[in-house]
Amino acid sequence: MSVAVAVDDGVGHEARPSASEAGPATKRIVVSYGFWIFLLSDIVMFSAFFAAYAVLAQATAGGPSGVQLFHQRSVAIETGCLLASSYSCGLMSLAIGSRRYGITYLDALVTFVLGAAFLVLELREFAGMIAVGAGPQRSAFLSAFFTLVGCHGLHVTAGLVWLVVMMAQVAIKGFRPTVERRLLCFSLFWHALDIVWVWLFTVVYLMGVRS
Amino acid sequence: MRYRVLAVVLIGAATLGGCTEGVLDPKGPIAAAEREILLNALGIMLAIVIPVILATLGVAFWFRASNERARYRPDFAYSGRLEMLVWSIPAMTVFLVGGVAWVGSHDLSPRKPIASSVKPLRVQVAALDWKWLFIYPDQGVASVNRLVLPVGTPVSLELTSSGVMNSFFVPQLGSQIYTMAGMVTRLHLQADHAGTYRGFSAQFSGAGFSDMYFNADAVPDDKFTQWLDAARSAGPELDATSYAELAKPSAAVAPFTYRAVAPGLFDSITVSEMQSDDAMCRRNPTSMRAEK
Amino acid sequence: MSLLGKLDWSAIPFDQPIIMGASGGMILAVVSVLSWVTLKGYVPYLWREWITSVDHKRIGIMYTVLALVMLLRGFSDAILMRTQQAVAAGGSQGYLPPEHFDQIFSAHGTIMIFFMAMPFVIGMMNFVVPLQLGVRDMAFPTLNSVALGLTASGILLTNISLAVGEFSKAGWVAYPPLSGLQFSPGVGVDYYLWALQISGVGTLMTGINFVTTILKTRAPGMSYMRMPVFCWTSLAANLLIVAAFPVLTATFAMLLLDRYLGFHFFTIGGQGNPMMYVNLFWIWGHPEVYILVLPAFGIFSEVVSTFSGKPLFGYRSMVAATMAICVLSFVVWLHHFFTMGASANVNGFFGVMTMVIAVPTGVKVFNWLFTLYGGRIRFTVPILWSIGFMVTFVIGGMTGVLMAVPPADFQLHNSLFLIAHFHNVIIGGTVFGVMAGYNYWFPKAFGFQLDERWGKISFWCWLIGFYIAFMPLYGLGLMGMTRRMQHYDVASWQPWLVVAACGVAVILAGIVSQIIQLVVSIRNREHLKVTADPWDGRTLEWATASPPPAWNFAVLPQVTDVDAFWKKKQRERVQAQPASERKFEPIEVPKNSATGFVTAFFAVITGFALIWHIWWMAGVGAIGIFVTVLAFAFRDEEEIEIPAEQVARFEREHEAEIAV
Repeated sequence: MSVAVAVDDGVGHEARPSASEAGPATKRIVVSYGFWIFLLSDIVMFSAFFAAYAVLAQATAGGPSGVQLFHQRSVAIETGCLLASSYSCGLMSLAIGSRRYGITYLDALVTFVLGAAFLVLELREFAGMIAVGAGPQRSAFLSAFFTLVGCHGLHVTAGLVWLVVMMAQVAIKGFRPTVERRLLCFSLFWHALDIVWVWLFTVVYLMGVRS
Repeated sequence: MRYRVLAVVLIGAATLGGCTEGVLDPKGPIAAAEREILLNALGIMLAIVIPVILATLGVAFWFRASNERARYRPDFAYSGRLEMLVWSIPAMTVFLVGGVAWVGSHDLSPRKPIASSVKPLRVQVAALDWKWLFIYPDQGVASVNRLVLPVGTPVSLELTSSGVMNSFFVPQLGSQIYTMAGMVTRLHLQADHAGTYRGFSAQFSGAGFSDMYFNADAVPDDKFTQWLDAARSAGPELDATSYAELAKPSAAVAPFTYRAVAPGLFDSITVSEMQSDDAMCRRNPTSMRAEK
Repeated sequence: MSLLGKLDWSAIPFDQPIIMGASGGMILAVVSVLSWVTLKGYVPYLWREWITSVDHKRIGIMYTVLALVMLLRGFSDAILMRTQQAVAAGGSQGYLPPEHFDQIFSAHGTIMIFFMAMPFVIGMMNFVVPLQLGVRDMAFPTLNSVALGLTASGILLTNISLAVGEFSKAGWVAYPPLSGLQFSPGVGVDYYLWALQISGVGTLMTGINFVTTILKTRAPGMSYMRMPVFCWTSLAANLLIVAAFPVLTATFAMLLLDRYLGFHFFTIGGQGNPMMYVNLFWIWGHPEVYILVLPAFGIFSEVVSTFSGKPLFGYRSMVAATMAICVLSFVVWLHHFFTMGASANVNGFFGVMTMVIAVPTGVKVFNWLFTLYGGRIRFTVPILWSIGFMVTFVIGGMTGVLMAVPPADFQLHNSLFLIAHFHNVIIGGTVFGVMAGYNYWFPKAFGFQLDERWGKISFWCWLIGFYIAFMPLYGLGLMGMTRRMQHYDVASWQPWLVVAACGVAVILAGIVSQIIQLVVSIRNREHLKVTADPWDGRTLEWATASPPPAWNFAVLPQVTDVDAFWKKKQRERVQAQPASERKFEPIEVPKNSATGFVTAFFAVITGFALIWHIWWMAGVGAIGIFVTVLAFAFRDEEEIEIPAEQVARFEREHEAEIAV
């Protein structure tokens, strides 16, 4: 939506003293701002799952606890993959800015592969836990664990799907403003998932094996 | 003091014949203290609310457009002094009532035992679908849908539920408290006058909820002892088997007593494994649609 | 696994005459309307101008229509409850068995809060906020349409439950363990959960849309302190939506996982924690009531200042009070369950905080009073609703503060005193507010005003009916009557319940009067025609034509003051430039899109399928939504251009009435 901004009442046009009086912001700002608000709301949702996890962390119902279940090595590799994918995503953003298609596709591919590796490792972890009878139906603690970590995993999956769609958009439409704005939103999303993972990793895996 | 009178007059007017058998007709120290807090707080609030309502109606009427005598002041949009007043009146009221709330929360906390020279009576309460089980652990009897209490004796209640959440409530004696499966809540009450007081569940618990009421009978000490003796002399025994039978869904159960209680039964009710699935699973009567 | 999951013929309540009658009536009404619309040839018009519209004005009107229809549905539940309780005394079971009554009170609360009050305030905000901000539309117009669609999906699912299956019997709050699979094995709670999850996504989209619009798109010169107060309250309400609804989404997701996959968040076994549900639910639930009431406060601010002919008293204070309420609403949630057994310190803290939030609310009441003071008050229908609100709401607020004292709450929690309190503030606050807004902005939306006489009749019926229906409930609560009772044994309660039922009849007269008002106004619309500014308004929405063109403003207004339009009117009387001499540019407006409608369609399919465990159908629905989003993402054109000549023509035609 573009707006025709015009002074119409004969008052002389001065430099606007403050940003809040500058009139409607550009589409790029509006879209990324709105997406930030969405990300904040998503973080609130994660907080609710974090709170549930914190409340239920000791509710093992006689079953296994985190100490017995978590494989720190696998989790460390997952973390490395996700952090690295954030880096490649950043490179992708730079490539988009310089309008370099080849590098964009390459960095997108790397991001995708790293994200997929993260998911594969996480799914293996889940399958392993279920195989030893430590599935989400075993206890409230495990329900909370699977939901919190699984919710993050679902977001990563959605992100990978989105990435593929975005590359299709780049291929078909090129770097037009709409596509660029959406790629900006994607990278915000991807980095936010990384931040949530750091928090999750700390609370669930690091703190969970301390006691 | 003025406010209390005002409050009592207004509540009296509002409830007319309803002053008996409710919150405003306390029969014990907890309920009496809570009523006093309610009326005091109401009085303080009414002192603000009634003038505001009258002022609203008065101002609206006086400044109607057709009133030539009212002075139109289109620039009256700000006044520092009025703002001070407007923020401080609610703030001070809230300060006052907030103090009542803070002190009252501590004085009347359900967990706080009632100060008394009389040794408290212990009662363990289990909310079932849809009836109440009262266990007297020190006396070794139990009662369903009837709570008999000696007058003047503080009662120390431990409460739980066999399944869904309920809320134990006898308005004329005092506070209600939720009953929840797998945990024990605490409540302290006392009846200072003999009589029969209505008790019920105040948290919706399903199809039989409306029938989940009981009588709390406050009786003199000798009558209480008589009742205990009568309970011990007849009736079934309460153990794991008879409890499982009792816990099956039923409503409008006529009061009866158990002459003995297996030791540790209440503790086993609060522990989750006690609840068997088929006792808890609802089966609708066949006259209604069967649930999937 | 059967092809239709749990669904079979036993889902239709053939043996329950009242439900069959109600469902039949509902289906008949829907089919009649759809047939009439089709036979009259309105479908292409409706598709083009309304269903695929992404215009905030159209969307706002559609939200309001949904709300009004659901008001009828929720109110009929109220009639059933009040009449049942009026007769079911002593040994009588009344005419509604518990299985039915329990669904009715659950549906009543769910519908009135989620599908009447929320759409009504969202509809008001949608129509008005961009106009008041002096811009052309919301920040994300297509998202707006999707949000509307998802709300409609939730509504449709809830209404389907009347005819196919059953609704939840666990109350509008659905506490576990009662709402868990063990105690509610039927589909009722699933209908509740999926309908609210789907519409909850829509509401969250609305929140993001409004926060972005208000913070990032305002007319030039409109700094924060020059925004109309309705925009401030809308901002606060939508910040609350963004911060609170995700908690509800998470909480319902946990309950759904318990019910569908055997998780143990809230179950009795597996060390689940039902108390946690109560906490999480009310962490959302308390901000929710402020989401409902803050926009109403904003409407009253606009109406009171307009019809007093004065600026709102204490603008800065009102803004501060609004934002204070916004923040404080997150630290009071425990007052919904003082009786759950928390310690005295915890109960005391939340009791005190609940009272603190009464301070900014009280400040607002005083400021409205001082706005009326020194005014020249015109007693139109909107101001009647506002004055009715000021009197009624303070009573409800007072009883709220009373219950914020934990020891008092120990005796009043879950009683009819509580019911009376929250209806007092929701009806006196939100409902009166949206009724005022509806009468106030109707002429702007449609170009003709609503009949004043029937409007006044409806107001008085609502006001008097409300008091007759709910004041007895305060008394009943004090007498010890608890809520949600299908029958009762205390005979002395019955006279009061009969009085309350009579009150409902008076409110019904009020609602019928509003229907008559609408019909009469439409019939009489030529005589009731208005110009841009029928009320001598103060804010920018009155600077456009009635109804405004798709683009709202040919040229975005330059704002130099609060009450932007009022100041402009004073200036315009001195200098005005005729429309024929002004230069107009072509305007780009967002293109219509079927995305909202199609997404809603697939959302209903997905929701219904999940409720009945028809997994293949759920997959189809989910893929459908995904494909719809893809189609939107890959569309070529996003905007259409309105040629400059069209803009110029419109401005010339309406020159006399528009002051921009």
